[in-house]
Amino acid sequence: MDNNTERLYLYPAWIRIWHMTNALFCLILIITGLSIQFSNPTLVVKFKTAVALHNIAGILLTCSYIVFFVGNLFTKNGAYYVIELKGFVLRLMTQFRYYTFGIFRNEHPPFPVTSEVKFNPLQQFSYVVLMYLLVPLSILSGFGLLYPNITVNSVMGASGLDLTDLLHLCAGFLITVFMCIHVYFCTIGKTPTSNFKSMIDGYHDSH
Amino acid sequence: MIPKPNIRPAWFVLLLLMAFILVFSLAKTSESNLDVRFKPDQDNPPKIAYTKVKNAKENENCFKCHGQSKYHYENAESKKIVTKRMYSEVIIKREDFYISNHREFKCTDCHSEDYNTFPHPGNLRMEAKANCIDCHGGDEKYAKFEFEKIDTAFMESVHSQKHSEDFTCWMCHNPHTYKINARTTENLKETITYDNLICLNCHGDITRYQLLTDKQRPNLINKHDWLPNQASHFTNVRCIECHARNEDTLIVAHHIVPKNLAVRKCESCHAKNSILYASLYKYQVQENIQKKGLLKGLILSETATIGPDQNNNLNLISFIIIGLTLFVITIHAFLRLQKNS
Repeated sequence: MDNNTERLYLYPAWIRIWHMTNALFCLILIITGLSIQFSNPTLVVKFKTAVALHNIAGILLTCSYIVFFVGNLFTKNGAYYVIELKGFVLRLMTQFRYYTFGIFRNEHPPFPVTSEVKFNPLQQFSYVVLMYLLVPLSILSGFGLLYPNITVNSVMGASGLDLTDLLHLCAGFLITVFMCIHVYFCTIGKTPTSNFKSMIDGYHDSH
Repeated sequence: MIPKPNIRPAWFVLLLLMAFILVFSLAKTSESNLDVRFKPDQDNPPKIAYTKVKNAKENENCFKCHGQSKYHYENAESKKIVTKRMYSEVIIKREDFYISNHREFKCTDCHSEDYNTFPHPGNLRMEAKANCIDCHGGDEKYAKFEFEKIDTAFMESVHSQKHSEDFTCWMCHNPHTYKINARTTENLKETITYDNLICLNCHGDITRYQLLTDKQRPNLINKHDWLPNQASHFTNVRCIECHARNEDTLIVAHHIVPKNLAVRKCESCHAKNSILYASLYKYQVQENIQKKGLLKGLILSETATIGPDQNNNLNLISFIIIGLTLFVITIHAFLRLQKNS
Protein backbone atom coordinates (compact mmCIF):
# COMPACT_ATOMS: atom_id res chain seq x y z
CA MET A 1 0.00 0.00 0.00
CA ASP A 2 1.14 3.50 -0.76
CA ASN A 3 2.55 5.30 2.27
CA ASN A 4 0.57 8.45 1.45
CA THR A 5 -2.66 6.52 1.36
CA GLU A 6 -4.83 6.30 4.39
CA ARG A 7 -7.67 3.81 4.19
CA LEU A 8 -10.79 4.88 6.03
CA TYR A 9 -13.80 2.59 6.49
CA LEU A 10 -16.43 5.24 5.75
CA TYR A 11 -19.25 3.37 4.08
CA PRO A 12 -20.88 0.60 6.14
CA ALA A 13 -22.68 -2.20 4.29
CA TRP A 14 -26.19 -0.73 4.64
CA ILE A 15 -25.05 2.58 3.14
CA ARG A 16 -23.42 0.79 0.20
CA ILE A 17 -26.45 -1.40 -0.47
CA TRP A 18 -28.77 1.60 -0.16
CA HIS A 19 -26.54 3.71 -2.43
CA MET A 20 -26.40 1.01 -5.12
CA THR A 21 -30.15 0.37 -5.13
CA ASN A 22 -30.79 4.12 -5.06
CA ALA A 23 -28.47 4.64 -8.04
CA LEU A 24 -30.02 1.78 -9.97
CA PHE A 25 -33.61 2.92 -9.40
CA CYS A 26 -32.71 6.55 -10.19
CA LEU A 27 -31.15 5.44 -13.46
CA ILE A 28 -34.21 3.35 -14.40
CA LEU A 29 -36.48 6.24 -13.42
CA ILE A 30 -34.52 8.75 -15.52
CA ILE A 31 -34.47 6.53 -18.63
CA THR A 32 -38.13 5.50 -18.36
CA GLY A 33 -39.10 9.04 -17.33
CA LEU A 34 -37.57 10.39 -20.53
CA SER A 35 -39.40 7.70 -22.52
CA ILE A 36 -42.71 8.74 -20.96
CA GLN A 37 -42.04 12.46 -21.33
CA PHE A 38 -41.13 12.15 -25.01
CA SER A 39 -43.62 9.34 -25.60
CA ASN A 40 -42.23 8.35 -28.92
CA PRO A 41 -42.54 4.79 -30.18
CA THR A 42 -39.02 4.88 -31.64
CA LEU A 43 -37.36 5.32 -28.23
CA VAL A 44 -35.48 2.39 -26.66
CA VAL A 45 -38.15 1.64 -24.06
CA LYS A 46 -41.72 1.21 -25.30
CA PHE A 47 -44.25 3.53 -23.71
CA LYS A 48 -46.23 0.81 -21.97
CA THR A 49 -43.08 -0.88 -20.64
CA ALA A 50 -41.67 2.50 -19.63
CA VAL A 51 -44.79 3.35 -17.60
CA ALA A 52 -44.77 -0.04 -15.82
CA LEU A 53 -41.03 0.13 -15.10
CA HIS A 54 -41.28 3.76 -13.96
CA ASN A 55 -44.08 2.92 -11.52
CA ILE A 56 -42.30 -0.13 -10.11
CA ALA A 57 -38.92 1.62 -9.84
CA GLY A 58 -40.65 4.61 -8.22
CA ILE A 59 -42.23 2.43 -5.53
CA LEU A 60 -38.95 0.58 -4.92
CA LEU A 61 -37.06 3.90 -4.73
CA THR A 62 -39.57 5.02 -2.11
CA CYS A 63 -38.78 1.90 -0.05
CA SER A 64 -35.07 2.53 -0.48
CA TYR A 65 -35.57 6.18 0.53
CA ILE A 66 -37.38 5.10 3.70
CA VAL A 67 -34.32 2.94 4.60
CA PHE A 68 -32.05 5.96 4.06
CA PHE A 69 -34.38 8.31 5.93
CA VAL A 70 -34.80 6.08 8.99
CA GLY A 71 -31.11 5.10 8.90
CA ASN A 72 -30.10 8.76 8.93
CA LEU A 73 -32.44 9.51 11.82
CA PHE A 74 -31.05 6.84 14.07
CA THR A 75 -27.45 6.11 13.05
CA LYS A 76 -24.39 8.37 13.14
CA ASN A 77 -24.54 8.63 9.34
CA GLY A 78 -27.26 11.29 9.74
CA ALA A 79 -24.76 13.61 11.41
CA TYR A 80 -22.85 14.02 8.16
CA TYR A 81 -25.90 15.78 6.72
CA VAL A 82 -26.14 18.39 9.47
CA ILE A 83 -25.02 21.70 8.03
CA GLU A 84 -23.15 24.04 10.38
CA LEU A 85 -24.63 27.29 9.11
CA LYS A 86 -21.94 29.59 10.58
CA GLY A 87 -19.42 30.32 7.84
CA PHE A 88 -21.04 27.80 5.49
CA VAL A 89 -21.19 30.13 2.47
CA LEU A 90 -17.47 30.86 2.87
CA ARG A 91 -16.67 27.14 3.07
CA LEU A 92 -18.83 26.56 -0.03
CA MET A 93 -16.90 29.25 -1.91
CA THR A 94 -13.56 27.77 -0.77
CA GLN A 95 -14.53 24.35 -2.07
CA PHE A 96 -15.88 25.88 -5.31
CA ARG A 97 -12.62 27.77 -5.79
CA TYR A 98 -10.69 24.54 -5.27
CA TYR A 99 -12.69 22.72 -7.97
CA THR A 100 -12.37 25.61 -10.44
CA PHE A 101 -8.73 26.66 -9.83
CA GLY A 102 -6.93 24.83 -7.00
CA ILE A 103 -7.34 21.37 -8.48
CA PHE A 104 -5.37 22.44 -11.56
CA ARG A 105 -2.55 23.90 -9.41
CA ASN A 106 -2.00 20.73 -7.38
CA GLU A 107 -3.40 22.40 -4.24
CA HIS A 108 -4.54 20.13 -1.42
CA PRO A 109 -8.30 19.75 -1.00
CA PRO A 110 -9.45 22.40 1.53
CA PHE A 111 -11.69 19.89 3.31
CA PRO A 112 -10.02 16.48 3.18
CA VAL A 113 -12.14 13.43 3.96
CA THR A 114 -11.89 12.24 7.55
CA SER A 115 -14.01 9.89 9.60
CA GLU A 116 -15.60 12.97 11.20
CA VAL A 117 -16.26 14.94 8.00
CA LYS A 118 -17.21 12.63 5.16
CA PHE A 119 -18.49 15.32 2.80
CA ASN A 120 -16.92 18.56 1.66
CA PRO A 121 -19.25 21.62 1.93
CA LEU A 122 -20.38 21.39 -1.72
CA GLN A 123 -21.14 17.69 -1.34
CA GLN A 124 -22.95 18.30 1.92
CA PHE A 125 -25.08 21.05 0.42
CA SER A 126 -25.94 19.15 -2.75
CA TYR A 127 -26.68 15.89 -0.90
CA VAL A 128 -28.98 17.64 1.58
CA VAL A 129 -30.85 19.43 -1.24
CA LEU A 130 -31.06 16.18 -3.17
CA MET A 131 -32.03 13.78 -0.41
CA TYR A 132 -34.17 16.07 1.72
CA LEU A 133 -35.81 18.22 -0.94
CA LEU A 134 -35.67 16.88 -4.50
CA VAL A 135 -36.10 13.14 -3.83
CA PRO A 136 -39.02 13.57 -1.36
CA LEU A 137 -40.60 16.06 -3.79
CA SER A 138 -40.30 13.66 -6.70
CA ILE A 139 -41.67 10.79 -4.58
CA LEU A 140 -44.67 12.78 -3.33
CA SER A 141 -45.47 14.25 -6.74
CA GLY A 142 -44.89 10.83 -8.30
CA PHE A 143 -47.53 9.27 -6.07
CA GLY A 144 -49.81 12.21 -6.85
CA LEU A 145 -49.52 11.32 -10.54
CA LEU A 146 -49.72 7.58 -9.98
CA TYR A 147 -52.98 8.03 -8.07
CA PRO A 148 -54.40 11.21 -9.64
CA ASN A 149 -57.57 10.90 -7.58
CA ILE A 150 -55.62 11.73 -4.41
CA THR A 151 -54.27 14.93 -5.98
CA VAL A 152 -56.00 18.15 -4.98
CA ASN A 153 -58.10 19.28 -7.95
CA SER A 154 -57.08 22.89 -7.85
CA VAL A 155 -54.50 25.01 -6.08
CA MET A 156 -55.38 28.71 -6.05
CA GLY A 157 -57.28 28.28 -9.30
CA ALA A 158 -54.60 26.29 -11.12
CA SER A 159 -55.00 22.59 -11.83
CA GLY A 160 -53.51 20.51 -9.00
CA LEU A 161 -52.52 17.78 -11.45
CA ASP A 162 -50.68 20.28 -13.65
CA LEU A 163 -48.71 21.61 -10.70
CA THR A 164 -47.92 18.11 -9.46
CA ASP A 165 -46.74 17.19 -12.94
CA LEU A 166 -44.60 20.32 -13.18
CA LEU A 167 -43.04 19.64 -9.75
CA HIS A 168 -42.33 16.04 -10.72
CA LEU A 169 -40.69 17.10 -13.99
CA CYS A 170 -38.55 19.78 -12.34
CA ALA A 171 -37.47 17.53 -9.45
CA GLY A 172 -36.71 14.67 -11.86
CA PHE A 173 -34.76 16.98 -14.13
CA LEU A 174 -32.64 18.41 -11.30
CA ILE A 175 -31.94 14.87 -10.03
CA THR A 176 -30.73 14.01 -13.57
CA VAL A 177 -28.41 17.05 -13.57
CA PHE A 178 -27.14 16.00 -10.14
CA MET A 179 -26.47 12.45 -11.39
CA CYS A 180 -24.31 13.78 -14.26
CA ILE A 181 -22.25 16.00 -11.95
CA HIS A 182 -22.10 13.36 -9.19
CA VAL A 183 -20.74 10.63 -11.47
CA TYR A 184 -18.12 13.02 -12.90
CA PHE A 185 -16.99 14.27 -9.50
CA CYS A 186 -16.57 10.66 -8.36
CA THR A 187 -13.69 10.45 -10.79
CA ILE A 188 -11.87 13.07 -8.68
CA GLY A 189 -10.33 10.68 -6.20
CA LYS A 190 -6.91 9.14 -5.59
CA THR A 191 -7.38 7.52 -8.98
CA PRO A 192 -10.35 8.07 -11.35
CA THR A 193 -11.88 4.76 -10.18
CA SER A 194 -10.99 4.74 -6.48
CA ASN A 195 -14.21 6.45 -5.36
CA PHE A 196 -16.29 3.90 -7.30
CA LYS A 197 -14.35 1.08 -5.58
CA SER A 198 -15.09 2.73 -2.20
CA MET A 199 -18.77 2.15 -2.81
CA ILE A 200 -18.06 -1.54 -3.28
CA ASP A 201 -15.63 -2.32 -0.43
CA GLY A 202 -16.53 0.56 1.90
CA TYR A 203 -12.98 1.95 2.23
CA HIS A 204 -12.10 5.47 1.18
CA ASP A 205 -8.59 6.09 -0.14
CA SER A 206 -7.38 9.54 0.91
CA HIS A 207 -4.89 11.30 -1.26
CA MET B 1 -15.63 14.94 16.40
CA ILE B 2 -18.84 14.30 14.56
CA PRO B 3 -21.17 17.23 15.21
CA LYS B 4 -23.86 16.33 17.69
CA PRO B 5 -26.81 15.06 15.65
CA ASN B 6 -29.34 17.34 17.30
CA ILE B 7 -31.19 18.83 14.34
CA ARG B 8 -30.82 16.42 11.47
CA PRO B 9 -32.42 17.48 8.16
CA ALA B 10 -34.51 14.32 8.28
CA TRP B 11 -36.47 15.71 11.26
CA PHE B 12 -37.23 18.88 9.33
CA VAL B 13 -38.46 16.84 6.39
CA LEU B 14 -40.57 14.69 8.71
CA LEU B 15 -42.15 17.81 10.22
CA LEU B 16 -42.76 19.31 6.77
CA LEU B 17 -44.28 16.04 5.58
CA MET B 18 -46.69 15.98 8.52
CA ALA B 19 -47.65 19.61 7.86
CA PHE B 20 -48.14 18.76 4.18
CA ILE B 21 -50.39 15.80 5.01
CA LEU B 22 -52.42 18.00 7.37
CA VAL B 23 -52.89 20.78 4.79
CA PHE B 24 -53.58 18.20 2.09
CA SER B 25 -56.29 16.43 4.09
CA LEU B 26 -57.91 19.78 4.93
CA ALA B 27 -57.85 20.77 1.26
CA LYS B 28 -59.29 17.40 0.21
CA THR B 29 -62.05 17.65 2.83
CA SER B 30 -63.14 21.08 1.67
CA GLU B 31 -62.90 19.91 -1.92
CA SER B 32 -65.09 16.87 -1.35
CA ASN B 33 -67.63 19.12 0.35
CA LEU B 34 -67.63 21.25 -2.78
CA ASP B 35 -68.05 18.23 -5.01
CA VAL B 36 -71.28 17.28 -3.30
CA ARG B 37 -72.90 20.44 -4.63
CA PHE B 38 -72.20 19.50 -8.21
CA LYS B 39 -73.12 15.84 -8.07
CA PRO B 40 -76.22 15.27 -10.15
CA ASP B 41 -78.79 13.77 -7.82
CA GLN B 42 -80.11 10.83 -9.82
CA ASP B 43 -82.46 9.56 -7.13
CA ASN B 44 -84.04 12.88 -6.28
CA PRO B 45 -84.50 14.85 -9.48
CA PRO B 46 -85.49 18.47 -8.98
CA LYS B 47 -89.22 18.92 -8.60
CA ILE B 48 -90.66 20.86 -11.50
CA ALA B 49 -93.97 22.62 -11.33
CA TYR B 50 -95.13 20.91 -14.53
CA THR B 51 -98.46 22.66 -14.65
CA LYS B 52 -96.78 26.06 -14.99
CA VAL B 53 -94.97 25.05 -18.18
CA LYS B 54 -96.58 26.18 -21.40
CA ASN B 55 -98.78 23.48 -23.03
CA ALA B 56 -98.45 21.20 -19.99
CA LYS B 57 -102.22 20.88 -19.67
CA GLU B 58 -102.70 19.58 -23.23
CA ASN B 59 -99.63 17.37 -22.94
CA GLU B 60 -101.02 15.71 -19.82
CA ASN B 61 -103.49 13.91 -22.12
CA CYS B 62 -100.49 12.05 -23.53
CA PHE B 63 -98.47 11.82 -20.32
CA LYS B 64 -101.28 10.15 -18.38
CA CYS B 65 -100.53 7.02 -20.45
CA HIS B 66 -97.00 7.63 -21.76
CA GLY B 67 -95.61 9.15 -18.56
CA GLN B 68 -95.14 5.85 -16.74
CA SER B 69 -94.89 2.11 -17.25
CA LYS B 70 -98.63 1.38 -16.93
CA TYR B 71 -101.76 2.93 -18.38
CA HIS B 72 -105.47 2.37 -17.81
CA TYR B 73 -108.49 2.59 -20.05
CA GLU B 74 -112.10 1.55 -19.93
CA ASN B 75 -113.04 -1.42 -22.10
CA ALA B 76 -115.99 -0.19 -24.17
CA GLU B 77 -117.74 -3.59 -24.14
CA SER B 78 -117.12 -4.91 -20.62
CA LYS B 79 -117.04 -1.40 -19.08
CA LYS B 80 -114.13 -2.60 -16.94
CA ILE B 81 -110.98 -0.60 -16.25
CA VAL B 82 -108.11 -2.37 -17.96
CA THR B 83 -104.47 -1.90 -16.91
CA LYS B 84 -101.79 -2.43 -19.57
CA ARG B 85 -98.05 -2.10 -19.65
CA MET B 86 -96.57 0.68 -21.77
CA TYR B 87 -93.72 -0.20 -24.11
CA SER B 88 -90.52 1.16 -22.63
CA GLU B 89 -89.58 2.84 -25.94
CA VAL B 90 -92.61 5.12 -25.78
CA ILE B 91 -92.45 6.07 -22.12
CA ILE B 92 -91.49 9.73 -21.66
CA LYS B 93 -90.85 10.72 -18.06
CA ARG B 94 -92.39 14.05 -17.13
CA GLU B 95 -89.40 15.01 -14.97
CA ASP B 96 -87.07 14.54 -17.94
CA PHE B 97 -89.31 16.22 -20.52
CA TYR B 98 -90.04 19.30 -18.41
CA ILE B 99 -86.36 20.13 -17.95
CA SER B 100 -85.52 19.39 -21.58
CA ASN B 101 -85.03 22.06 -24.23
CA HIS B 102 -88.32 21.15 -25.93
CA ARG B 103 -90.38 21.35 -22.73
CA GLU B 104 -92.71 24.06 -24.03
CA PHE B 105 -93.68 22.08 -27.11
CA LYS B 106 -97.06 20.47 -27.53
CA CYS B 107 -96.73 16.76 -28.26
CA THR B 108 -98.75 17.36 -31.40
CA ASP B 109 -96.28 20.00 -32.61
CA CYS B 110 -94.15 17.09 -33.76
CA HIS B 111 -96.63 14.19 -33.69
CA SER B 112 -99.85 13.88 -35.65
CA GLU B 113 -103.05 15.43 -34.26
CA ASP B 114 -104.59 12.02 -34.85
CA TYR B 115 -102.86 10.83 -31.66
CA ASN B 116 -105.56 12.72 -29.80
CA THR B 117 -107.89 9.78 -30.48
CA PHE B 118 -107.64 6.55 -28.49
CA PRO B 119 -107.00 3.81 -29.47
CA HIS B 120 -104.48 5.50 -31.79
CA PRO B 121 -105.09 4.77 -35.51
CA GLY B 122 -102.76 2.00 -36.78
CA ASN B 123 -101.35 4.00 -39.69
CA LEU B 124 -99.68 6.41 -37.20
CA ARG B 125 -97.02 3.76 -36.68
CA MET B 126 -95.69 4.79 -40.10
CA GLU B 127 -95.29 8.42 -39.00
CA ALA B 128 -91.86 9.78 -39.94
CA LYS B 129 -89.75 11.05 -37.05
CA ALA B 130 -88.36 14.55 -37.43
CA ASN B 131 -84.59 14.94 -37.15
CA CYS B 132 -82.81 17.96 -35.65
CA ILE B 133 -82.05 19.52 -39.01
CA ASP B 134 -85.73 19.29 -40.09
CA CYS B 135 -86.66 22.02 -37.61
CA HIS B 136 -83.35 23.73 -36.84
CA GLY B 137 -81.79 23.73 -40.30
CA GLY B 138 -81.59 27.07 -42.13
CA ASP B 139 -83.04 28.98 -39.19
CA GLU B 140 -81.22 32.23 -38.30
CA LYS B 141 -82.35 31.87 -34.69
CA TYR B 142 -80.33 28.68 -34.32
CA ALA B 143 -77.40 29.70 -36.54
CA LYS B 144 -74.98 29.80 -33.58
CA PHE B 145 -75.54 26.10 -32.96
CA GLU B 146 -74.35 25.35 -36.51
CA PHE B 147 -76.77 22.52 -37.19
CA GLU B 148 -75.73 22.37 -40.86
CA LYS B 149 -72.09 21.77 -39.89
CA ILE B 150 -73.17 19.20 -37.33
CA ASP B 151 -75.28 17.46 -39.99
CA THR B 152 -72.35 17.37 -42.46
CA ALA B 153 -69.97 16.03 -39.78
CA PHE B 154 -72.53 13.43 -38.70
CA MET B 155 -73.09 12.28 -42.30
CA GLU B 156 -69.33 11.60 -42.58
CA SER B 157 -69.22 9.82 -39.23
CA VAL B 158 -68.84 6.07 -38.87
CA HIS B 159 -72.29 5.96 -37.25
CA SER B 160 -74.00 7.35 -40.33
CA GLN B 161 -71.74 5.63 -42.88
CA LYS B 162 -72.12 2.20 -41.33
CA HIS B 163 -75.76 2.25 -40.38
CA SER B 164 -77.15 4.61 -42.98
CA GLU B 165 -80.64 5.84 -42.18
CA ASP B 166 -81.08 3.52 -39.23
CA PHE B 167 -78.79 5.77 -37.26
CA THR B 168 -80.58 9.06 -36.70
CA CYS B 169 -79.96 12.01 -34.40
CA TRP B 170 -82.38 10.29 -32.03
CA MET B 171 -79.92 7.50 -31.25
CA CYS B 172 -77.93 9.97 -29.14
CA HIS B 173 -80.29 12.90 -28.69
CA ASN B 174 -83.82 11.97 -27.77
CA PRO B 175 -85.76 15.18 -28.45
CA HIS B 176 -88.07 14.43 -25.49
CA THR B 177 -85.21 14.57 -23.01
CA TYR B 178 -82.44 16.46 -24.81
CA LYS B 179 -81.00 19.25 -22.69
CA ILE B 180 -78.32 21.63 -23.86
CA ASN B 181 -75.35 21.10 -21.60
CA ALA B 182 -71.92 22.49 -22.51
CA ARG B 183 -73.28 26.01 -22.95
CA THR B 184 -75.24 26.13 -19.73
CA THR B 185 -72.87 24.70 -17.14
CA GLU B 186 -69.49 25.90 -15.94
CA ASN B 187 -68.76 22.50 -14.47
CA LEU B 188 -66.62 20.78 -17.06
CA LYS B 189 -66.86 17.41 -15.32
CA GLU B 190 -70.65 17.50 -15.53
CA THR B 191 -70.44 18.13 -19.27
CA ILE B 192 -67.92 15.31 -19.70
CA THR B 193 -70.09 12.85 -17.76
CA TYR B 194 -73.21 13.94 -19.68
CA ASP B 195 -71.47 13.50 -23.04
CA ASN B 196 -69.91 10.16 -22.18
CA LEU B 197 -73.22 8.78 -20.95
CA ILE B 198 -74.59 9.40 -24.45
CA CYS B 199 -71.95 7.01 -25.84
CA LEU B 200 -72.34 4.50 -23.01
CA ASN B 201 -76.09 4.47 -23.55
CA CYS B 202 -75.42 2.08 -26.46
CA HIS B 203 -71.77 1.07 -26.11
CA GLY B 204 -72.35 0.10 -22.49
CA ASP B 205 -75.76 -1.54 -22.97
CA ILE B 206 -75.97 -4.74 -25.03
CA THR B 207 -79.72 -4.35 -25.68
CA ARG B 208 -79.36 -0.93 -27.25
CA TYR B 209 -76.03 -1.83 -28.89
CA GLN B 210 -77.63 -4.73 -30.75
CA LEU B 211 -80.43 -2.56 -32.12
CA LEU B 212 -78.10 -1.82 -35.02
CA THR B 213 -75.66 -4.72 -35.08
CA ASP B 214 -75.42 -8.44 -34.43
CA LYS B 215 -71.92 -8.06 -33.02
CA GLN B 216 -71.13 -8.71 -29.38
CA ARG B 217 -70.69 -5.55 -27.40
CA PRO B 218 -66.94 -4.94 -26.93
CA ASN B 219 -65.61 -4.81 -23.39
CA LEU B 220 -64.69 -1.13 -23.10
CA ILE B 221 -62.38 -1.70 -20.13
CA ASN B 222 -60.36 -4.38 -21.96
CA LYS B 223 -60.35 -2.44 -25.22
CA HIS B 224 -58.80 0.53 -23.40
CA ASP B 225 -56.35 -1.45 -21.26
CA TRP B 226 -53.42 0.22 -23.03
CA LEU B 227 -54.51 3.57 -21.65
CA PRO B 228 -52.58 4.59 -18.49
CA ASN B 229 -54.72 5.82 -15.59
CA GLN B 230 -57.80 4.49 -17.36
CA ALA B 231 -60.32 5.48 -14.68
CA SER B 232 -59.04 9.03 -14.61
CA HIS B 233 -59.14 9.34 -18.39
CA PHE B 234 -62.70 7.97 -18.48
CA THR B 235 -63.95 10.50 -15.95
CA ASN B 236 -62.00 13.51 -17.19
CA VAL B 237 -62.00 13.18 -20.97
CA ARG B 238 -64.92 12.89 -23.37
CA CYS B 239 -64.97 9.74 -25.55
CA ILE B 240 -65.28 11.97 -28.64
CA GLU B 241 -61.94 13.64 -27.83
CA CYS B 242 -60.18 10.54 -29.19
CA HIS B 243 -62.96 8.97 -31.24
CA ALA B 244 -64.08 11.96 -33.29
CA ARG B 245 -62.45 14.40 -35.62
CA ASN B 246 -62.28 17.57 -33.56
CA GLU B 247 -63.01 20.82 -35.25
CA ASP B 248 -62.29 24.21 -33.76
CA THR B 249 -65.69 25.62 -34.61
CA LEU B 250 -67.88 22.87 -33.18
CA ILE B 251 -68.23 22.49 -29.43
CA VAL B 252 -69.28 18.89 -29.82
CA ALA B 253 -67.59 16.95 -32.61
CA HIS B 254 -70.05 14.75 -34.54
CA HIS B 255 -67.63 13.19 -37.03
CA ILE B 256 -67.03 9.92 -35.15
CA VAL B 257 -64.13 8.09 -36.80
CA PRO B 258 -63.60 4.31 -37.22
CA LYS B 259 -61.85 2.74 -34.24
CA ASN B 260 -58.55 2.32 -36.10
CA LEU B 261 -58.37 6.10 -36.51
CA ALA B 262 -58.98 6.87 -32.82
CA VAL B 263 -56.25 8.85 -31.07
CA ARG B 264 -53.72 6.62 -29.30
CA LYS B 265 -50.71 8.92 -29.05
CA CYS B 266 -50.23 10.50 -25.66
CA GLU B 267 -48.71 13.68 -27.01
CA SER B 268 -51.84 14.39 -29.05
CA CYS B 269 -53.38 15.53 -25.79
CA HIS B 270 -50.40 15.97 -23.49
CA ALA B 271 -48.85 18.75 -25.52
CA LYS B 272 -49.28 22.45 -25.97
CA ASN B 273 -50.95 21.94 -29.35
CA SER B 274 -53.26 19.41 -27.79
CA ILE B 275 -56.44 18.35 -29.55
CA LEU B 276 -58.07 19.20 -26.24
CA TYR B 277 -57.62 22.85 -27.13
CA ALA B 278 -60.18 22.41 -29.87
CA SER B 279 -63.93 22.35 -29.31
CA LEU B 280 -65.17 22.15 -25.72
CA TYR B 281 -61.97 23.16 -23.96
CA LYS B 282 -61.35 26.04 -26.30
CA TYR B 283 -64.92 27.16 -25.75
CA GLN B 284 -64.55 26.90 -21.99
CA VAL B 285 -61.31 28.91 -22.02
CA GLN B 286 -62.92 31.62 -24.16
CA GLU B 287 -65.90 31.71 -21.84
CA ASN B 288 -63.59 31.85 -18.81
CA ILE B 289 -61.64 34.77 -20.26
CA GLN B 290 -64.86 36.65 -20.96
CA LYS B 291 -66.27 35.98 -17.52
CA LYS B 292 -63.17 36.09 -15.30
CA GLY B 293 -60.65 38.14 -17.25
CA LEU B 294 -57.36 37.07 -18.81
CA LEU B 295 -55.43 36.24 -15.63
CA LYS B 296 -58.03 34.10 -13.88
CA GLY B 297 -59.71 32.85 -17.01
CA LEU B 298 -56.69 31.68 -18.95
CA ILE B 299 -53.52 31.65 -16.90
CA LEU B 300 -55.14 30.26 -13.77
CA SER B 301 -57.76 28.30 -15.64
CA GLU B 302 -58.47 24.71 -14.65
CA THR B 303 -59.33 23.80 -18.19
CA ALA B 304 -56.26 25.08 -19.97
CA THR B 305 -54.02 22.03 -19.97
CA ILE B 306 -54.06 18.41 -19.01
CA GLY B 307 -50.35 18.40 -18.26
CA PRO B 308 -47.52 20.77 -19.02
CA ASP B 309 -45.63 17.85 -20.57
CA GLN B 310 -43.94 18.69 -23.79
CA ASN B 311 -43.94 22.36 -22.97
CA ASN B 312 -41.54 23.65 -25.60
CA ASN B 313 -40.06 26.38 -23.40
CA LEU B 314 -39.42 23.98 -20.53
CA ASN B 315 -37.85 21.50 -22.94
CA LEU B 316 -35.56 24.19 -24.32
CA ILE B 317 -34.48 25.35 -20.86
CA SER B 318 -33.80 21.78 -19.76
CA PHE B 319 -31.76 21.01 -22.89
CA ILE B 320 -29.70 24.18 -22.35
CA ILE B 321 -29.03 23.33 -18.68
CA ILE B 322 -28.07 19.71 -19.40
CA GLY B 323 -25.96 20.86 -22.38
CA LEU B 324 -24.12 23.45 -20.28
CA THR B 325 -23.54 20.92 -17.49
CA LEU B 326 -22.03 18.38 -19.87
CA PHE B 327 -19.98 21.14 -21.55
CA VAL B 328 -18.49 22.32 -18.24
CA ILE B 329 -17.79 18.69 -17.19
CA THR B 330 -16.00 18.04 -20.49
CA ILE B 331 -13.85 21.19 -20.16
CA HIS B 332 -13.05 20.31 -16.52
CA ALA B 333 -12.10 16.73 -17.44
CA PHE B 334 -10.01 17.97 -20.35
CA LEU B 335 -8.08 20.43 -18.13
CA ARG B 336 -7.46 17.68 -15.53
CA LEU B 337 -6.10 15.37 -18.19
CA GLN B 338 -3.88 18.16 -19.51
CA LYS B 339 -2.52 18.79 -16.00
CA ASN B 340 -1.83 15.09 -15.34
CA SER B 341 -0.05 14.59 -18.65
